[in-house]
Amino acid sequence: MLFNVLLYSSLAIFILGLLYRFYTWLTWKVGLLADDITPGTRFFAVLKGALGVIFSVKIFTAVKVFVLDVMCERRILKEDLLRWLMHMMIFYGFMLLLLMHALDNYFSEPFFSNYYPTVNPFMFLRDLFGLLVIAGVAIALYRRFIMKIPRLKTDAMDKYAIIIVAVIMISGVLLEGTKILSHRVFSDMVEEYGDLEDEEEIRALESFWVAEFGVVSPNVKAPFDTDVLDQGKEIHENACADCHSKPQWAFTGYASAKILSPVALGLDKINAPLILWYIHIIACFAGLAYLPFSKMFHIIASPISLIANAVMEREKSDPANIATRQIMELDACTHCGTCSTRCSVGVTFELFNNVRILPSEKIPAIKALASGKDLGELEIRHLQEGVYMCTNCHRCTDVCPVGINLQELWFNVRETLLNRGYPEFLTLTPFSYYRGINSGRLPETQYLQPLKTARGAIEEACRSIDAKDGIVSPTKWGERAKKKLNMTSDADTFSYCFSCTTCSTVCPVANNNGNDPKKLGMVPHQMMQAVILGTPELVYRTGMLWDCLGCYECQQHCPQGVHITDIFYVLKNLAIEETTEKRSS
Amino acid sequence: MNFAIFRCCPTSVLLKQYETSTDAVLARLGVGLVDIKEFNCCGQPLKNYDYKAYLLASVRNLCIAERHNLNILTVCNCCYGNLKNADHLMKQDASIREEISGILNREGLRYNGGIKIRHFLDFLYSDIGVEQIRQKAVKKLDKPNIAVHYGCHILRPREIAEFDNPEKPSKFDQLVEALGAQSTDWDAKVKCCGAPVFGVNDNLAMDITAMKVSEARKSGAQFLCVSCVYCQLQFDSVQKMIVEKRNNGVPLPSILYTQLLGLCLGVDTETLGIKENQLDAGGILDFMK
Repeated sequence: MLFNVLLYSSLAIFILGLLYRFYTWLTWKVGLLADDITPGTRFFAVLKGALGVIFSVKIFTAVKVFVLDVMCERRILKEDLLRWLMHMMIFYGFMLLLLMHALDNYFSEPFFSNYYPTVNPFMFLRDLFGLLVIAGVAIALYRRFIMKIPRLKTDAMDKYAIIIVAVIMISGVLLEGTKILSHRVFSDMVEEYGDLEDEEEIRALESFWVAEFGVVSPNVKAPFDTDVLDQGKEIHENACADCHSKPQWAFTGYASAKILSPVALGLDKINAPLILWYIHIIACFAGLAYLPFSKMFHIIASPISLIANAVMEREKSDPANIATRQIMELDACTHCGTCSTRCSVGVTFELFNNVRILPSEKIPAIKALASGKDLGELEIRHLQEGVYMCTNCHRCTDVCPVGINLQELWFNVRETLLNRGYPEFLTLTPFSYYRGINSGRLPETQYLQPLKTARGAIEEACRSIDAKDGIVSPTKWGERAKKKLNMTSDADTFSYCFSCTTCSTVCPVANNNGNDPKKLGMVPHQMMQAVILGTPELVYRTGMLWDCLGCYECQQHCPQGVHITDIFYVLKNLAIEETTEKRSS
Repeated sequence: MNFAIFRCCPTSVLLKQYETSTDAVLARLGVGLVDIKEFNCCGQPLKNYDYKAYLLASVRNLCIAERHNLNILTVCNCCYGNLKNADHLMKQDASIREEISGILNREGLRYNGGIKIRHFLDFLYSDIGVEQIRQKAVKKLDKPNIAVHYGCHILRPREIAEFDNPEKPSKFDQLVEALGAQSTDWDAKVKCCGAPVFGVNDNLAMDITAMKVSEARKSGAQFLCVSCVYCQLQFDSVQKMIVEKRNNGVPLPSILYTQLLGLCLGVDTETLGIKENQLDAGGILDFMK
């Protein structure tokens, strides 16, 4: 009764959860493209797309990906053998247990006429599959908590996933172990299957099971007479052996029984098998009910992600389907951290206090964003910095075991975030190159606005120096600026500048603007003078600073050996740092 | 001889032909390339934002190469300059060395400064030699006029780059002429291509690129030839955008030196990805003897 109540209620939550997740796939939005597409349009686009795949040659691609990437987990194997072993053991161990053991009514019995859970090979296989899962979980624990993999993050959901699988497996093994030990279970089985009336016969059988199969009895103890054991053996062979293989074949349970045997009578008194049975099934049902809301949902979403990404192309696919796929991909993420350990700029996380720099850590924030949750300015800015600090090397996407098109996701989210209007100073760096190459995919105002916003914020922060009565009052370089000016190779050489203008003459940017200070604010030699005068704000807001190519022509030609280009880098860093500080205070 | 090949981030998406042509050419020259998957960005885009972050990223690569006991071979001027500069600063400045090493030690990396960073042009010129390349070229070009473009960080700053005379370089010209081409004389060959500000100030970047293309054309060039990822993106993808946006007439196709060399070493055009270039560079095949 209780079993059924738990089963059906957890199944109901599971199904409602699935429906909710599918609903979010059609209704949540990420990226500018998704803005104008209704859930209805997305629903029919999915149907059309799916049918289009099924009834075309693409079905072969889908099948190939299903076999190689879903069933054989080829992408994980390419990246890391240990992780592949881990996941194959957990996945196949668990799935086989689910079919053979948990769903034996629906699977094992119809398919195997000789199925009986206490008979080999099924008894042995159950333990073998269980051992596979436990070994997999052990590797997962080792990888997450003992191996020091740089920038691999473990969050609450990872811990939950490991715990729920571990509880199911360990309770299962202990349940089997306590059953092997249990005199109560032994007696029940004798009563049910034994057909034994004679007390002496029961005692002989019991002695045999105690001696051979690890049952701990309050009635009989070793050493036994060989006569008794012989009699027990005979009864065993007649009454038990046909339907019950030697418990030793259930090797994990048997091993745990050996360990627990000193306390076996106590365990039997509290009916430990029943308690463990409750723990075992409640953990299973809890896992089932929570599955759609946990990272375990990747069991469903990841295969879909792998197949969808294999059959879809950016230029040709329906934008409605891309919008849906990008939400689905957020559920497909297993938080395995491959993207973060392979990210081309991931190492900067060690320097910046922003976990969103790591690809795997952006996904939860993007999920919150897609659900319409208000993230708050700081979180938005962190995520924005995270998605902009990307060299578009495509590695995260290439290595993602579940095939998420991460690079495309960053591109879309980037534009949504930039639209919020918080300045992103990374737009003023070569990280913008890829965005430039793809400018055709964006409306022109959308493309230019973030650049203007960033420059505007720097301009704003430099207002304090705006001259009253046309006179600029020099400020002092702060300690930080002094330190930074000393950081790179001889950046303090600025003081050698005597304004010979060679730098400005050879500068390709100055030349392109006809050396017109009005267009650029200042040209390089003037900027060096401004640095000498101690008016950093004048330099920070100079167009020339942000238009500098870093080509080192000025530095190469300077007769005084001023490291102009290197100094420019320091000035840009300082401008961004000081503007950020002024804005947050 | 083995090198750790340093590919430059955007190649896998925007310039796959640079990867395939590099692999093919260096294989023909008997050079072993090792793709180290732990490598990260050279740090170039981080310089404007946080110089220390640039150094951290750059030096991490040096440590990893050192752990594999391999010298680095770059095919991009920016990667080359940035890695060299980081190596220089680590050797020169104790406080930088201490700070960056401290962070990298946390993931078990050590900087000993024991590896060399080589640009593949420098490797071809100094280790293989122009004469060898002339001899190995099984096919020769029939005197196409080619404007060789050096770009910045292979030349400047001179004390970091250590490749050629930054004012009047000739090594790349010689490498191109060894294949039978005619290198044209143009001053802008040592100037920046405009890439560093593309995406930040597109008009400026395009102005500079357009100016250079027109200078190259004035020198009589039929093709540009480059040895840097960003120069090629700029002269290929961005020049195509310029032609479309500014109605700039007929483009001047740019070809990677690995593609040019590959043609002369007898590598097939498909592997070299001649057709992958955004601007049609197929005309170069008409000059194959």
